Amino acid sequence: MTEVLSEQMGRGSHGGALLEVDNLHVEFRTRAGVAKAVNGVTYSVDAGETLAVLGESGSGKSVTAQTIMGILDMPPGKITGGEIRFRGVDLLKLPDDQRRKIRGEGISMVFQDALSALNPVFPVGWQIAEMFRMHRGTSRADAKKMAVELMDRVRIPAAKERVNDFPHQFSGGMRQRIMIAMAIALDPEILIADEPTTALDVTVQAQIMGLLAELQRDSNMGLILITHDLGVVADVADKIAVMYGGRIVENAPVHDLYRDPAHPYSKGLLESIPRVDQKGQELYAIKGLPPNLLEMPTGCAFHPRCPYRRDNCVTDVPPLYTISGTRGSACHYWREVIDEGER
Amino acid sequence: MKANAESILEVRDLVKHFPLTQGIVVKRQIGAIKAVDGVSFDLHRGETLGVVGESGCGKSTLAKLLMALERPTSGSVRIHGRDITTARGSELKRMRRNIQMVMQDPYTSLNPRMTVGDIVGEPFEIHTDVVPKGGRRRRVQELLEVVGLNPDHINRYPHQFSGGQRQRIGIARGLALQPEIIICDEPVSALDVSIQAQVMNLLERLQNEFDLAYIFIAHDLSVVRHISDRIAVMYLGKIVELGSDAQIYDGPTHPYTQALLSAVPVPDPEGRETRQRIILQGDPPSPANPPSGCHFRTRCWKAQDICAEQTPALEARPGSDHPSACHFAEARDVVNAQ
Ligand SMILES: Nc1ncnc2c1ncn2[C@@H]1O[C@H](COP(=O)(O)OP(=O)(O)OP(=O)(O)O)[C@@H](O)[C@H]1O
Ligand SMILES: Nc1ncnc2c1ncn2[C@@H]1O[C@H](COP(=O)(O)OP(=O)(O)OP(=O)(O)O)[C@@H](O)[C@H]1O
Ligand code: SF4
Ligand code: SF4
Ligand SMILES: [Mg+2]
Ligand SMILES: [Mg+2]
Repeated sequence: MTEVLSEQMGRGSHGGALLEVDNLHVEFRTRAGVAKAVNGVTYSVDAGETLAVLGESGSGKSVTAQTIMGILDMPPGKITGGEIRFRGVDLLKLPDDQRRKIRGEGISMVFQDALSALNPVFPVGWQIAEMFRMHRGTSRADAKKMAVELMDRVRIPAAKERVNDFPHQFSGGMRQRIMIAMAIALDPEILIADEPTTALDVTVQAQIMGLLAELQRDSNMGLILITHDLGVVADVADKIAVMYGGRIVENAPVHDLYRDPAHPYSKGLLESIPRVDQKGQELYAIKGLPPNLLEMPTGCAFHPRCPYRRDNCVTDVPPLYTISGTRGSACHYWREVIDEGER
Repeated sequence: MKANAESILEVRDLVKHFPLTQGIVVKRQIGAIKAVDGVSFDLHRGETLGVVGESGCGKSTLAKLLMALERPTSGSVRIHGRDITTARGSELKRMRRNIQMVMQDPYTSLNPRMTVGDIVGEPFEIHTDVVPKGGRRRRVQELLEVVGLNPDHINRYPHQFSGGQRQRIGIARGLALQPEIIICDEPVSALDVSIQAQVMNLLERLQNEFDLAYIFIAHDLSVVRHISDRIAVMYLGKIVELGSDAQIYDGPTHPYTQALLSAVPVPDPEGRETRQRIILQGDPPSPANPPSGCHFRTRCWKAQDICAEQTPALEARPGSDHPSACHFAEARDVVNAQ
């Protein structure tokens, strides 16, 4: 982050966390109708902290991330409400050139599919070097040297010899390392990793997660880890935001969420993990289908699938109830959900 | 476990080498990618054989060989005693109806210009006697429902679904002909935990109902354990360990299996600071040029001179109760030790 920008953005002078997403609303105008992809998402992450965003496919995890990064497709996308504050400054109100500056230097992102995110016709070293040339005006020779250093840092073996190789010449895990190298090139304060290991083997996943943790420790980055892997979350998260139908339905420190989930959806997720002692039995499965964003259910969006549902759930939208200073649940009956323990 | 059930699939010494060529006008073979390199196993009626291993170890190639979508370099695949690798024409078509596949990649395996109804119903067009024409639409809608999709979406196109939803379309299609054997190549990897549980329950329910046998390829080892009666661990084209789910998970004897199990994150944050992990370094070597002797030796912490000289056979050794391709096979509990 450059001096000018950090000053402008009031380093340390605001009261909140480093990055705060506040009541964000995003819609997609499609021919079939208006898809309400993000319906009031609120979460925050601080320097050195790992926030895991969990939620099922289509729940708005990536759209939220794209909006933070300022890379949402508009149209069809449209931001209809909320703020995204980075160091207290609302990014949604910043002019394009400042926004571009923050992208990469303040906040950067690792995408799920490393092969399609890398340009197939340029050598990987060149693509990493471009980050320095575009943002910093670094000379060609220096940028290349820095690219090799970065490739070393993310442990690409023989980085110096491989700097001129093309993306297809690397394995999936190595391509993901190269994506990470590009994302950390400009020393961002926040790194968003959107399913960074979903396409990779567990052995490589363990390497990549280890690498992310180490980079985070070294530079005290805030990390937003988007994933649906409850194992990875349990391993690395400090706190968790669970999304459903474009909303945060539960937020909690990692231990609390795994010990006593406070929302029926999170609870259902945890119970549907295959466990050794349940071999041969039916897995617990949340019944029904994810909501249709074009026609969100009335009241609580989870009500058609919820085993705790009562009459008022169909009509009254649950607010994000405060359970404690660090926990919240968007369920009218969160007390019951916590108290009941394991089903 | 259906230990005494009849074998419906017998795979013997199956090999698939893809030629590695050089030159544009005159192609010269300069080597071979040993994608599958001598694989043998049986599959019994109604059982599930899990297949695990790193990317590129040959799982999908094995699946394609079993389906006769690829021709093997050598070896045989017998379904009810008939070798599918040599079958042709109408006989091949008949045999294929009995062995269906759920594909790995929901993005490229679905034709973007076909509706979901056409995709799921396509097997009925090829095998016209399964469901009468008038009943096909309803049957397709039933299939959509069992895999957790809205049956009203039958006229939509693949791009109108999320990645997870697209994978479900492929599963519905694989189920359409109700074959005896279904090869599931990463069938639930792209699915959400909640839907994954529904699909696994669905697969198990269908298995019990129709006595289906599954070959279940996946990289989520807790999922594989849940559904499998036996598990084969592959590394660079070979099965390196084969045993019941308890043998593999509680007492793996091959160092590669041990590393694989140890890398699986435990879905419980309790005690995560002290968890011990075996983290393998680097990527697997290229199957075009596997190491001599034991293929795993370049990443193995137990390797000795003999490992470079002699290829360890897949067999039970003193001190281990199931086949393992390691000269120094020795049970070690890496899961419960964490
Ligand atoms: N460009 C777009 N046009 C129309 N709809 C879109 C677009 N991008 C996303 N959506 C819709 O917005 C919703 C949220 O999508 P998003 O990609 O955020 O889900 P996600 O939580 O990241 O899911 P996954 O786990 O599958 O990646 C989905 O229903 C999706 O179909
Ligand atoms: N048609 C082909 N021509 C040449 N090589 C191939 C072909 N198909 C596969 N291979 C190679 O064979 C090896 C095994 O590939 P395969 O797709 O079977 O692996 P896999 O175990 O299914 O991996 P993944 O977990 O990534 O799906 C790989 O090195 C692959 O590059
Ligand atoms: S508000 Fe009602 S329907 Fe929604 S999660 Fe809570 S109990 Fe279930
Ligand atoms: S045979 Fe040798 S190199 Fe191979 S797994 Fe066993 S100890 Fe390791
Ligand atoms: Mg996403
Ligand atoms: Mg494969």
